[in-house]
Amino acid sequence: MSQAPSPFVRAALDAATAVPPSGIAWLDAARRENLESLAETGLPESRNESWKYTPLRALSQRAFSLADAGVANGFVVDPSSFALPGVEGSRIVFVDGAFRADLSALEGSVGVSLAPLGVALETQPEPLRFALANRYRRGAADAFAHLNAALAIDGLVLHIADGAHVGRPLHIVHVSSGSQPDTAWHVRVLVDVGQGARADVVEHFVSLGEATQLGTVVADVVVREGATLGLVVLQDASAATTLVRRSHVRIEANAAATVHALELGGALVRHELTTELVGDGARFDSRGVFALSGRQHIDTQLEVRHNARDTASDALWRGIADGRSRGVFRGAIVVAEGADGSDASLSNKNLLLSAQAEIDTKPELEIYADEVKAAHGATIGQLDERSLFYLRSRGIPLAQARSLLTLAFCRAALESLPNEALREHLGDLLVAHLPTGPSAE
Amino acid sequence: MHMLTIDNLHARVEGKEILKGLSLAVKPGEVHAIMGPNGAGKSTLANVLSGRDGYEVTAGSVNFDGRDLLALEPEERAAVGMFLAFQYPVEIPGVNNTYFLRAALNAQRKFRGEEELDSMRFLKLVREKLKVMQISDDLLHRAVNEGFSGGEKKRNEIFQMAVLEPKLAILDETDSGLDIDALKQVAEGVNALRSPDRSFLIVTHYQRLLDYIEPDFVHVLAGGRIVESGDKSLALKLEEQGYAWLADTHPELRKADLAGAPA
Repeated sequence: MSQAPSPFVRAALDAATAVPPSGIAWLDAARRENLESLAETGLPESRNESWKYTPLRALSQRAFSLADAGVANGFVVDPSSFALPGVEGSRIVFVDGAFRADLSALEGSVGVSLAPLGVALETQPEPLRFALANRYRRGAADAFAHLNAALAIDGLVLHIADGAHVGRPLHIVHVSSGSQPDTAWHVRVLVDVGQGARADVVEHFVSLGEATQLGTVVADVVVREGATLGLVVLQDASAATTLVRRSHVRIEANAAATVHALELGGALVRHELTTELVGDGARFDSRGVFALSGRQHIDTQLEVRHNARDTASDALWRGIADGRSRGVFRGAIVVAEGADGSDASLSNKNLLLSAQAEIDTKPELEIYADEVKAAHGATIGQLDERSLFYLRSRGIPLAQARSLLTLAFCRAALESLPNEALREHLGDLLVAHLPTGPSAE
Repeated sequence: MHMLTIDNLHARVEGKEILKGLSLAVKPGEVHAIMGPNGAGKSTLANVLSGRDGYEVTAGSVNFDGRDLLALEPEERAAVGMFLAFQYPVEIPGVNNTYFLRAALNAQRKFRGEEELDSMRFLKLVREKLKVMQISDDLLHRAVNEGFSGGEKKRNEIFQMAVLEPKLAILDETDSGLDIDALKQVAEGVNALRSPDRSFLIVTHYQRLLDYIEPDFVHVLAGGRIVESGDKSLALKLEEQGYAWLADTHPELRKADLAGAPA
C-alpha cells in the first residue's frame, strides 16, 4: 500500500544522488538503507503520537535540495557572528553542513581530539562503524534520523581523553548561510568523554541570511565512568530556518552531564533529547528556556531513562510564547525495573504572552522500579497583573515591566550555568528576543 | 497653589459606583489623613489616583501639579511625582530589589529628561537613603518583597519612597497588619521624608498611625464622598465615638455607609 512519495521525500531521493560514495562499503550500505526507510515511511503524520503537536503537512510539500558544498565553502562568514563571551576553547565550524577549516580552531586543548567526520572516516573509519551503521527503527517517527544518516556527508568526532580536564569550553558552530534558498544540510555529531574527564561544550546554531533552509543534526554523546560533561545549546537561527535535531546522551556510572538550552530562533524547530543513565550513580541535569514569537514553532522532546541504581535526574524548563507562536514540550521520565534508589524530578512552567499563542506541555512518568523518588509538574500561565502594576506604579514602563517579569520567570533555568560570561550573554540574548511592546491581542 | 485637586470624582468598580462626587485639595507640604468606615471607598481612591486597571472614572477631574492626572499611564504618574505605598506589596520572585529600584528611578529620570544614574551613583544614593529607613543590606539583595515579613514589606515601600522622592505619597492602609514596633519604624521613616514640598495622603482605618504621623487635616470618607473635614482632633473623635454620629449632620448617609466603625 505504498503511496506516492511526498515532494519532501522525492527531493531527498534526488539529493542522495548528489552524495558522493564514501568508498567505505558499510557506510554506503547504511546510507542506502536509511534512504530506503525514509522513502518507505515518509514524514510522520499527526496521528503519530510523538508528532501530534508538530504537524509536518506543510513541510512534506516542500522540496529541499542538498546545500551546495562549493557555495558553502566560499561563503564569507565574519567570525564575530558566532563569537561567544566565555567560550574560547577549540572550535569547529560548519557552514550549510560543510566543515570550514578556515573558521575552525581544532588544536589548542590538551586531551582533546576534535576532527571533522570526513577526515576521521578517511583515517580511521572502523571505530565509527558502530555509531554510523546503527539501524534506526523503521518507522516514520525516525524519518529525520534516516534522512540525516542518508545525507550527512560531514560532521564531527570529538574525543576527550580519559582523565583530561579541559578548562576552556569547546565550541561547535552550525551556520546556516541563508544564501541557498530551499536547500538542506545535515550534520552528524559523535562525542566521547573519556573516563574521569571533564569538559564543557557549546553547541551553537546561527543563521546569516534569510533564505529558507532545513538543517538536521544527529548527535551521539557518551559520558564515560566518572566523567563530567557540561553542554550548552544556543539556538538562534533565523525565522526562515527549519531545524530538526536528535541528541542521544549515554551516561555511565558516577558520571554526570548537564544541559543548558536556550531556544530562540527558527520557524519550525524540533529537538529530541534522550538521555540514558546506564551506570549506577549517574546523574543528568537539564535546564532550558524556549522563547517564541511571531509564528514560530518550537518542539522539545525530553526523555530521561533511569536504567541503573541510584541515578538522579533533574529537569527544569521554561517556555514563553508570544504572537501566534506555538511551543511544545514533552518531558518523560522512565525508571526501569531494578533502577532502585533513582531520584527524578521534572518541572516545566510556561508563560503565554498573547491570546493567540499556544503551548502544549506533557509531563510523563513511567516507573517500573520499587524504591524511587519522582516528582513532575507542568503549568501554563500569564504574566501576573498585580506584579505588572506594581512595577509600573514605580515608574517602569509597561513594555519594560513585561520583559523584566518574563526574564525573572526564566531566571531559574539559566542561573545555574557556571560560566558567568556566557550566562550573562544568554540572558542578554533572551532579553533582546523578548517582545518590547504590548503584544497584539 | 494646590498640588493635588480632586473635583467631584465619580468612579465605578465592576459596574458599581464607589466614589460619588469626592472633592479634596492638598497643598505642598501638607499631610492629609483619609479615614472612614469599611467599604467607604478609601482604597478605591488610592487605586484611582495611581491608575490601576479596573477602576472606571465616570465624572470629575484630578489635577496634579498642573496636569490632568487621569490621562496619564501609571508609570507616567510615578514619573511626575506620585507614589503609592501598597496595602499589600507584591512579591516578585526573580527580580532583584536593588535592580528593580534602579530600573524604576532611571525610567522616571528618563521620562523627565534627566540623566540616568550609573550603578556607582545609584549605590551611593541607596547608602544615603538606607540611613532614613532601617533596612538591612540583605533585603536589598533579595528578590522584591520575596519572603519579607509584613513589617519588612512596608519598610521596603517607605524605602522605595525615599529613593524615588515623590511629590505626593499615598499610603494605602500602610498600618494594616503591623505590630506597634513596626508601625513606629514606618512612621519614623515617613516623618523623615516630610518636607515643605512633599505632600502625603494617608488612607487609614485606624487612628493609631496618626499618633506617630501627625496630620494637618483629617477627612472622613463615607458613602463615596468626603463628608467631614477637620484637624487631628477629628481622628480622636472618630476613635472614641465611631462614625454613627455623622448620620445626624448627614441625613443622606444610610446606616450601611457608616457601618464598620473602628474597633
